[in-house]
Amino acid sequence: MSGRPLVRVESLSRRFDVSPPWLDRVIGRKPRRVLGAVVDVSFEIPQGGVYALVGESGSGKSTIAKMVVGLLPPSEGAVEIEGAGPAAARDRGAVQMIFQDPHSSLNPRWKVRDIIAEPARARGRDTDGLAERLLELVGLFAEDAGRHPHEFSGGQRQRISIARALASEPRLIVADEPTSALDVSVQAQVINLMSDLREAHGLTYLFISHDLTVVEHVADTIGVLYLGRLVEEAGSDELFADPRHPYTRMLLAAAPRIDGRREGAAPPPAGEIPDPADPPSGCVFHPRCPIAVERCRREVPRMRDVRGVRVACHLAE
Amino acid sequence: MSAPDPVPPALELRNLRVDIPTRRGTLRAVDDVSFAIAPGEILGVVGESGAGKSMTGNAVIGLLDPPARIAGGEVHLNGRRIDTLGRGALRRIRGAEIGMVFQDPTSSLDPLLTIGDQLVETMRAHLDISGKAARARAVAALEEVGIPGARDRIDSYPFQFSGGMRQRVVIALALCAEPSLVIADEPTTALDVSVQAQIIALLKRLCAERGTAVMLVTHDMGVIAETADRVLVMYAGRMAELGPVREVIDRARHPYTAGLMASTPAASRGARRLYQIPGAMPRLTDLPEGCPFHPRCPKAQEDCRRVPRPTLAADGGRAACLHPLDPERGAEDVARAAEGTAR
Amino acid sequence: MSRMARAWDSDLAYGFRRSPLAVLSLAVLLMLVAGAVLAPLVAPTDPFDPASLDLMNGFTPPLTENEFTGERFLLGTDDQGRDVFSAILFGMRISLMVGVLAVMLAMVIGVSLGLVAGFRGGLVDSVVMRAADVQLTFPAILVAMLIFGVAKGITPVEYRDQMAIWVLVLAIGFSDWVQFARVVRGATMVERDKDYVQAARLTGRGSLSIMLRHVLPNVLSPVLVIATISLALAIIAEATLSFLGVGAPPTQPSLGTLIRIGQDFLFSGEWWILAFPAATLLALALSVNLLGDWLRDTLNPRLK
Repeated sequence: MSGRPLVRVESLSRRFDVSPPWLDRVIGRKPRRVLGAVVDVSFEIPQGGVYALVGESGSGKSTIAKMVVGLLPPSEGAVEIEGAGPAAARDRGAVQMIFQDPHSSLNPRWKVRDIIAEPARARGRDTDGLAERLLELVGLFAEDAGRHPHEFSGGQRQRISIARALASEPRLIVADEPTSALDVSVQAQVINLMSDLREAHGLTYLFISHDLTVVEHVADTIGVLYLGRLVEEAGSDELFADPRHPYTRMLLAAAPRIDGRREGAAPPPAGEIPDPADPPSGCVFHPRCPIAVERCRREVPRMRDVRGVRVACHLAE
Repeated sequence: MSAPDPVPPALELRNLRVDIPTRRGTLRAVDDVSFAIAPGEILGVVGESGAGKSMTGNAVIGLLDPPARIAGGEVHLNGRRIDTLGRGALRRIRGAEIGMVFQDPTSSLDPLLTIGDQLVETMRAHLDISGKAARARAVAALEEVGIPGARDRIDSYPFQFSGGMRQRVVIALALCAEPSLVIADEPTTALDVSVQAQIIALLKRLCAERGTAVMLVTHDMGVIAETADRVLVMYAGRMAELGPVREVIDRARHPYTAGLMASTPAASRGARRLYQIPGAMPRLTDLPEGCPFHPRCPKAQEDCRRVPRPTLAADGGRAACLHPLDPERGAEDVARAAEGTAR
Repeated sequence: MSRMARAWDSDLAYGFRRSPLAVLSLAVLLMLVAGAVLAPLVAPTDPFDPASLDLMNGFTPPLTENEFTGERFLLGTDDQGRDVFSAILFGMRISLMVGVLAVMLAMVIGVSLGLVAGFRGGLVDSVVMRAADVQLTFPAILVAMLIFGVAKGITPVEYRDQMAIWVLVLAIGFSDWVQFARVVRGATMVERDKDYVQAARLTGRGSLSIMLRHVLPNVLSPVLVIATISLALAIIAEATLSFLGVGAPPTQPSLGTLIRIGQDFLFSGEWWILAFPAATLLALALSVNLLGDWLRDTLNPRLK
């Protein structure tokens, strides 16, 4: 895990113009609205590591995933994969993605064989028997290659999706909520498969999820996102043992626990996620933060090192 | 179950069966499901997709999507049989005696009416109450579910609320006619974790205060663990296990329940691999002979294949299993099975 | 299972077998198409061969013996002594050919424009859709007449009759692409945002390849429905134009031309010259239309 990181994300920002149509703006005198979906996010993923981005809706996690694989250009900042931009990495087949919804991520008109082999075929590589080999690698059968996606269950489709991602022999796989559309028992199968493949093929993962319990299991390092900003980044064990950011603490407390015991019967978190087109001043979390002080209202907290963990909070120590 | 209970259960199902006729034969989506929910009790119904849990809830309120239909059994609400009632009578019962909360709050609210109008309309349809009094109660109901500035926001339209706030409005709407039963089908699945915790706490508090029975349908074991008093685990349209929530979670007797519990990432904390149940839920079109879980069961024996599918009676009313796990050694059994599946 | 057996067992085939109206429509349509395609073999006479015409046979009523020649005709003859039955079979050839080619043209134009507009969005989309809006403000038949008029103006007189059929195809095809473009654009916009298209982008294929190989196959089922319904409309449009005298020439009469010829004799008692071509047109258009309605209800109930 030494040397240059495989992925470097540097001050990444992405804005979306969500203004009303220009006629409405002219007639109704409505202002332009620009939504900062991702604001100044930086992180690195070492070769062979698993980096998880966790956040609720509107946290910008999927937007970051799309920028990393090059499906969406950043407004500011840059993504580097093995020292080059995402487009170059994609052309080499070094980056692949696994999507959330296994029902929409496979072309319903194509046979499984063609779906899986496509990333290799598009690059003019030999695809003879490739789909069959990959199907067996992900725990399906070579005979399945001739069937269509609708003949498979959700979990099996996600395996097909993984097989397709492996076809171009990628270095980095970006998995956007790969298990959140799956049942618990199937989720376990897919997560285990992903970690087996990581060891066997030396893969690096960027894992996007809203589920802290899943992330705890798969990730080495976890970045917590809130309203498009990275608020905390720590090793998986440290984050769960000693969360530094109040938002991380709130997320941990809010997750339903199967043992049914909430620590100290903490009251449920207050408030909801603000409108990203109209974020609060200063620290964007301050309206919901139980420990916010006056300074949080005024001043945007910078990401800083606190005892070996990166946190963006004025009060963390 | 010692002394006879003078109060009838809020909801009682007896051997409920739901069939879906198709051109290739009839599918049995729900088979022989029986349970009762006492007033003020929360029964969690948990299972994976295809387990028949939503279908069971929809059968109770008479909202099965055709061609699915109740093919057998009885549904009793407060001691009165309701599955034989006509459409009109069922519609009056929905809203008045059964409140409903669905996964998608937008589908339960009329986008063209203000939330105040919807609350007032529901109350006046089911309660003998004047328009003015209904409006006052609507404000109170909104305050109770935690809508800030309820007096001002009562004339807002659903789209002016966030997802979490909308689900609060739906809860207010479900409870405003003071039903004796609430059916909540995945009420928090579409919500963020931080909001989900608020909604669960709210639902739990309101129903406890009013003595409302709740049938909480979800796939999320964590939500059940935090909310329900008793839990019914369903598999392939059948009851797998029924019991008090801590009993079922901590001392599962059905191997499926144990596997489900063990495969949640939280349960495998520290383990390198997650426990996984091999295979997938069978399709209704090709259910295996005997116990429907046997092809995936680490403890399956020869008779599981042969003997017609077991009922809860096989394990004294607790688990539909011929070889239930030993309550004290259940976890070990599963752990051993887990090693078997980890290649 | 063989391919045929699988097709027979499919939900589409099952639904078809259970819809008597659809089965009847298809039977009628197949019969008419067979008659048209096989016209040179099954028609008793060649109505376009001047040598075979006998003016003495003119105005023979159906199934009646001609008073001069003693010949009988199934559906009678017209003023020139042409066998109406044969004329209808050959007329249907023209009608069907013009209809099918026009729909294919409209389909190619509409599907390509809709696909590009929906996939690209932005300016391309605006331009295509505004053009469609403008065209929709004119009745399709007017657009067709305009194109027909312009084309006629620029074709040399000696080629006019030969070109008339092709001009008809162009005119009807160009007036009918809008529906295809709209439906395909909508479907493309839905498909474009699905994950499998995102995945295709990651394979490194270009936009054109993604559009043709991934998106196009998934937007075709509504196209099939519209094509069927358009075929009925195109056949009627062709008949309308020919009836108005701007379509198929009398040397190559379509059903519309036959109806125009027939209407001159409606009030002089020779009703069959008009009635049989008109009934054929009705049967043709109706069976195609009913089949299209059934397809729409089966494939995509939301398209109503």
